[in-house]
Amino acid sequence: MLDTNLKHIETDTEFNRVLSENENVMICCGRMGPMCLPVYDVMENFESKYPNVAFRDMAFDEPVSHVIRELPETQSFMGLPFTVYFKNGKVVKATSSIQNKAQVAEILSDKFGA
Amino acid sequence: MTNAYDAIILGAGPAGLTAGIYLARAKKKVVIIDEGIAGGQMILSHTVANYPGVLEATGAGIARTMVKQAKSFGCEVVTQSRLLKIDLGSLQKTVDVEFEGTYSAPVVIIATGGIPRSLGLETEAKFKGHGISYCATCDGEFFTGREIVAVGGGNSALEEAVSLSRYASKVTVIHEFDHFQAQPWIVADAEANPKIEFLMNQKIEAFAGDEKLEGVVSVDKDSGQRVTTKAEGCFVFIGYTPATQAFEGILKLNGRKEIVTDENLATSIPGVFAAGDSRAKKYRQITTAVADGTVAALSAIEYLDKGSRIPQIKLAASAG
Repeated sequence: MLDTNLKHIETDTEFNRVLSENENVMICCGRMGPMCLPVYDVMENFESKYPNVAFRDMAFDEPVSHVIRELPETQSFMGLPFTVYFKNGKVVKATSSIQNKAQVAEILSDKFGA
Repeated sequence: MTNAYDAIILGAGPAGLTAGIYLARAKKKVVIIDEGIAGGQMILSHTVANYPGVLEATGAGIARTMVKQAKSFGCEVVTQSRLLKIDLGSLQKTVDVEFEGTYSAPVVIIATGGIPRSLGLETEAKFKGHGISYCATCDGEFFTGREIVAVGGGNSALEEAVSLSRYASKVTVIHEFDHFQAQPWIVADAEANPKIEFLMNQKIEAFAGDEKLEGVVSVDKDSGQRVTTKAEGCFVFIGYTPATQAFEGILKLNGRKEIVTDENLATSIPGVFAAGDSRAKKYRQITTAVADGTVAALSAIEYLDKGSRIPQIKLAASAG
């Protein structure tokens, strides 16, 4: 489990439930490293500002991460974290490596109208 | 709307967080603002084993504890917010922050630290996360059995090259000079590693590849000979520059663009102090940043409590 203030996804069941219960979902799958921490920090900052988006993290080294690692959209990724945006259960955007606040905000606006 | 504070601290690395802890404990109203994440360069350290009182911890772990400690004393911590405008010219200084508004205070402590140097190539952003990385610990395993390049010649570059050799089939260190800046024993470790090769005196010109990185193009600085090094990964460790651009022409900086301070870490403007890697000094460690934060905060407290009765700071004109 990651040491963040975000809600964590730890099982496949939880992953499926989050996707089925929320129209807009952003999941950051990573470790507690310098490329991942800034993305978690952005998500923590944005939780109150984007109530229509469910923000979750997922430990890259836990078995559940296969749901992100095995996505076609992440097959070419070679940098943590893998951040994936889902709308109505479908992947609408995925990014590899560090992203800043402005980059995440742009994706949220573009893909979720948030 | 202006948010009034006793002190604004720019930068949430170990210097800024320590300053915040001291000021807040002294019952001053403090905000710490960082354009990135709290922790500064400290979060890049996978293992910290020389921080007194802590046997071993991650840099990120120490940073998180410092943030909690600062908040527990009442510090407000604002992260990932760009500084739009800084006015240090008046008794009441002001800082405009994107998304957050304007902050004002009689004291500003500059602890903006350093910014990782990038190669500044157009293709660098294109391959970020698709071959180009800045963290061997994070991304090294993605390059298992592949050929990679490590750029740089300092301690970080050579230590990370050795670390990456556990995964990669071959590591080529490309460095811009004909000698290393790293400590001799670190150079010796790298040179003794059979998986590591060296390409010296090179200027990197471009990254090659379509969707993924395929090679690094460099040119010999003397002969002009161009070389393409096959690489599926490129890890960049070329040091830091002080994050002081916003203070050029406002504060006294030395030739390396570091802020010049006196021994109490006062700058050339009364009420403005500097701490950590953004100021001119020789040694840069978490412990020295923490020491700077302490001195800057205590000086700031004295300034706040005594105000204009503190003598004007005089800085040597030839700092550099």
